Amino acid sequence: MIAKPMISPQKAAELVQDGMVVHVGGFLGCGSPERIIQALLERGAKNLTLVCNDTAVYDPKTGRKNGVAPLVLAKAFSRVIVSHIGTNPETQRQMNAGEMIVDLVPQGTLAERIRAAGCGLGGFLTPTGVGTEVENGKQKFEMNGRTYLLELPLKGNIALLKARKADKAGNLVYSKTARNFNPLMAMACDIVIVEAEEIVEIGSLDPDQIHTPSIFVDYIVQA
Amino acid sequence: MRETAMEYVENKEIIARRIARFFKTGNVVNLGIGLPTLVANFVPAGETVILQSENGLIGLGPAPDADHVDKDLINAGAQPVTLQVGGCYFDSATSFGIIRGGHVDFTVLGVLEVDQEGNLANYKIPGKLVPGMGGAMDLVAGSKKVIAATTHFEKSGSSKLKRRCALPLTAQKEVDYVVTDLGVFEIKNNTFVLTEYFAPYTPEYIVEKTDADVVVSEHCKLSDI
Repeated sequence: MIAKPMISPQKAAELVQDGMVVHVGGFLGCGSPERIIQALLERGAKNLTLVCNDTAVYDPKTGRKNGVAPLVLAKAFSRVIVSHIGTNPETQRQMNAGEMIVDLVPQGTLAERIRAAGCGLGGFLTPTGVGTEVENGKQKFEMNGRTYLLELPLKGNIALLKARKADKAGNLVYSKTARNFNPLMAMACDIVIVEAEEIVEIGSLDPDQIHTPSIFVDYIVQA
Repeated sequence: MRETAMEYVENKEIIARRIARFFKTGNVVNLGIGLPTLVANFVPAGETVILQSENGLIGLGPAPDADHVDKDLINAGAQPVTLQVGGCYFDSATSFGIIRGGHVDFTVLGVLEVDQEGNLANYKIPGKLVPGMGGAMDLVAGSKKVIAATTHFEKSGSSKLKRRCALPLTAQKEVDYVVTDLGVFEIKNNTFVLTEYFAPYTPEYIVEKTDADVVVSEHCKLSDI
């Protein structure tokens, strides 16, 4: 297997160019690549479109924040495509002020749209959102007596992932609920950068226990 | 309107206790954030339910003590949790395959409004509160049975049970049961059918105080909870 380039968080932040569609792993900050996010913040990234489960956690009272929340505060995103913004009031403020577009997508639909992008599917039919605002502008299909919405794949220019372990070829193992969207995004983006807590030699991971095959990963950052 | 001497006292615990009685050993259950989370505390002795959390696990256990918090192990509300022996983790597509695929027996969700057609609104108050639907739309559309858990009244005094939801819907005609602190309702033929009521309330009080069509089931009984 071919070893992948090991790069600094700063180099990773340079690969993320302003204007790109960026997939970021994590669920309320759990399983997000914090060092790359910090480097993006320091680089002053702008005009990005974020694809992520949510805009993470920001508590204005304590100042506590995690995941992509610092980038939201720095106005790095012109648009976010997420399922939930309720734990980051700054997202809602920017949305109401017209500073950022927020596309709210049901979580299962978001996951499947990312999966579809990575798996070469042209879209899929889901019952989720029928009879709600989510169906606006979407094609509907009747199949076996049930109504479905056509949902389309959601590709990205670059994925920023977090893994528990990576071998130097880019095979990944995630930890517990920090897995979430990471393995889906690994397949859905042109460039994939993983921030791994531990980087090990090729051959030292049990091939039966690998969550993401190495071929999806382009760069590795030490967490 | 007839004045009633009976006074309403909010009681979230009785809602959680009663919902827990729906579950049987082997059921896969997803509990929403807030009041539904309390249900886990009241699963009857002898029934082993499997709790699913949409961020990617089955076998959800109780919160750890402060020394055993694991940053990688949270529930869908970002609270630290534990995994029961035999539980496992998976990615978000698998998690929603479980949910949308009909492999969850019961989902329990909170309510802004629920109506007699089984429509649920619980994710948005336009112009005021727009947190996003998270996993709620998939959970309500995909679970075998949907239980709406709510105190019976809004702060204004009107019931959260409506003839027709005015707020944006989370899902259309998917709610099976509504459990409030007054009683248990089944949604049938576009009405709330009262099947059980909690002391000290009476079916007459519940019908009178609910801003929707409530039918008292012929089998309606006083709860022994």
